[in-house]
Amino acid sequence: MSKQNRRSFIKTLGLGTAAATAATYTPFAIGGATKKVVVVGGGMGGAVAAKYIRMMDKSVEVTLIEANKDYYTCFTSNEVLSGKRTLADIKFGYNGLKDHGINVVIDKATGIDADRKKVSTASGRSFAYDRCIVAPGVDFRYEKTPGYNENLANTSLPHAWKAGPQTQMLRDQLTDMKDGGVVAICPPPNPFRCPPGPYERASQIALYLKHNKPKSKIIILDPKPSFSKMGLFTGGWQRHYGYKTDNSMIEWHGTPKGSDDNVISDVDAKTKTVITGFNEVKADVLNIIPAQKAGKIAHVAGLTNDKGWCPVHGDTFESTIHKNIHVIGDAAIASPLPKSGYAANSEGKTVAAAIVALLNGKSAPDPTYVNTCYSVIAPGDGISVAMVYAFKGGKIVKVKGSGGLTPGKFDTKLREREQYYGYSWFDNITNDTFG
Amino acid sequence: MRNTITKSALLATGLLLSVQSLAEPTAEALGYTCAGCHGTNGASTGNAIPSLAGLSEGYLINAMNEYRDDGRLSQIMGRIAKGYTDDQIESMATFFAAQPVHSNINQQFDDAKARKGEKLHKKYCESCHTAGGTDPEDDAGLLSGNAVLFMKYTLADFHDGSRSMPKRMNKMMKKALKKDSNALDNLTNYYGSAK
Repeated sequence: MSKQNRRSFIKTLGLGTAAATAATYTPFAIGGATKKVVVVGGGMGGAVAAKYIRMMDKSVEVTLIEANKDYYTCFTSNEVLSGKRTLADIKFGYNGLKDHGINVVIDKATGIDADRKKVSTASGRSFAYDRCIVAPGVDFRYEKTPGYNENLANTSLPHAWKAGPQTQMLRDQLTDMKDGGVVAICPPPNPFRCPPGPYERASQIALYLKHNKPKSKIIILDPKPSFSKMGLFTGGWQRHYGYKTDNSMIEWHGTPKGSDDNVISDVDAKTKTVITGFNEVKADVLNIIPAQKAGKIAHVAGLTNDKGWCPVHGDTFESTIHKNIHVIGDAAIASPLPKSGYAANSEGKTVAAAIVALLNGKSAPDPTYVNTCYSVIAPGDGISVAMVYAFKGGKIVKVKGSGGLTPGKFDTKLREREQYYGYSWFDNITNDTFG
Repeated sequence: MRNTITKSALLATGLLLSVQSLAEPTAEALGYTCAGCHGTNGASTGNAIPSLAGLSEGYLINAMNEYRDDGRLSQIMGRIAKGYTDDQIESMATFFAAQPVHSNINQQFDDAKARKGEKLHKKYCESCHTAGGTDPEDDAGLLSGNAVLFMKYTLADFHDGSRSMPKRMNKMMKKALKKDSNALDNLTNYYGSAK
C-alpha cells in the first residue's frame, strides 16, 4: 500500500464512523450509536436484503445468521434432475456478502426476543438488533400426508423442495431406475413455494427419461383442479412428451373442487405406493412434495397466524404481530405476490429501503415490486410469467395491464430465446443476491 | 424535461434517498426491481439479457415506450413495461443513465470472427455507434460488451424485419452483408469479445 493510498484509506474510515471521535477507527465500536440489523435466513430474500441495506447505507451494521454454509437455489434445481446442471452449478456461498461488510454467522437461529430485540442461536450466542428481518423460507406439514415424514424425506423419499442433498438423491434415484419405471410426483396443496415448480419438475424429468428411459412414465397426482402456467405446460407436454396420446410420458390427474380424488390418504414407503381418494400408484421413484408453512423460526418467534404463515404490512413487510421484525420471502403473506425467488428479491429490496429510512428517522418510501419466473419445458421451449405490483390503498396490488404469460401460440424463435433469457435470469438473480 | 433534470441532479448528489414521503417509488427503488434479470444496477452478467447500466436516458425511455406500446418485438419486456407510468419510466431511465457503462467480459466468442467483426464495425457501424458502441452519448444503445445473445437476436430481428431500423442503418447493414455474408455473426462475436 502506498503512502497516498494508506492516507485515503484512513480518511475513508474516519468518514465511516459517524461519531468521528479520534478514539477508534473501528466502525462498529461506538456503543449504542450503531444502527443494527440482524437478518435471519440467507436465502433469496434474506441475502439480498442484507446486501442492499449495505449498498444503501454503509453505517448500518448488518449480521446475517444462516444455518448452512452454502445455499442451493430452489429455482433451476429441476435442471439437476434432468442432468442439464449439476448440484455444484446451483451452489452459492456467502463470501460475496462478506465483501459488502456483512457479518455472516453460520449458526442456527433458535429464538427471537421481540421485547428485548435479540436473536439467539443454537451455539448460545445472542445478537441485538434495532430491526430484524426474518426470511426463513418454508417448512413442511408432514403430518398432512399420512405415512410420510421428515425421516423418510431425508433417507428414501426426498421431497427435494429445498435444494441440496435431497435434489441429488432424487437425481440418483432417477438414474438408477429401470427403463419402463414409474415416477410419481405428488404436488402440494396451495399455497406453496414456487407454484410452477412441480410441473417444471415433471418436464425436466420427462426430458431425462425421453432420452434415457423412453418406456418410463411420470404420473402426477395433484390435489388441485389446475396449476400455474397450466396451458403452457400442457401445450409443451403435447409437443415433446406425447401428452394426451395413449403413449404419453406424462399423466396429470387433478382433483375437482370439493373432491379428494388425488389427495393422498396413505403412503406405503417400503413399496413406494401412494393411495389417494381415487387412485393407487406403485412407483419406482416417489416424489411427494408436502403441504407447507412458514419456516420454523417464524413459528418459534410467534410471527405466524393460525394458517402457519406470517401476516405483514405490505409496504414495509413489518410483522403485524411484532414491531421491529420484518418477514419477507415465502414465509410472508404477500399475495398477490407469489412465493417465488424473484418476489423474495423484490421484497428484500423493499424491506432494505424501508429499514434504512426508518433507522434514519424517515418514513419508508413507496414500494414497487416485480415478479418474473422462467421454466424450461424442453430445450428450445422456455416459458415465463411476469407481473408488476404496486402498493395502493394499504394493499399490494397487480398493476393493471401489466404482466402475464408467454403467448400460448408456439413460436420457435421466441420460445428458444425464452430459454436463454431464463438462463440469464439465473445468472443475474444469483449474482444480485450473493455477488 | 425540468422534472428529469431535477431528478438527475438529486441522484447524482445521492440525495434522492433522503427525500421524504415521495408519492412515487424512488428512481433507485424502481431500478432495483430490474436487477434480478438485468443485473445489479443494470450490469448484466448473463449472455442473453442486456445490460442497462450507463445507457442514455433518451435511449431507455424510447425503448420502454416502444415495449409498452407494442412497437418493438418483445420477449417479456412488453408485459413488464405496461406496468409503469411515463414518470416512472423517466425516473428509471435517470437511475440507469447514472450508472457506469458495464462490459460483460466473461462471454464466449470466436476470435477470428471477432477480428472480422471489428473491421466491419469500423467500416459500417462506428459512425453512429461510436467507440465500438460503448458511448452512451450517441443514444444508439450499447454494443461492445453487451450480452452477446441479445446482440445476435437484435441483429437478426433488424435483418428479417421483425424490428424496424433507421434508413441509414438499413443501408449500412445491406452494405456490410454484401461485403461479407457472415457479417452479422462476425459483428456479434466482436461485440461479445470485449475485454
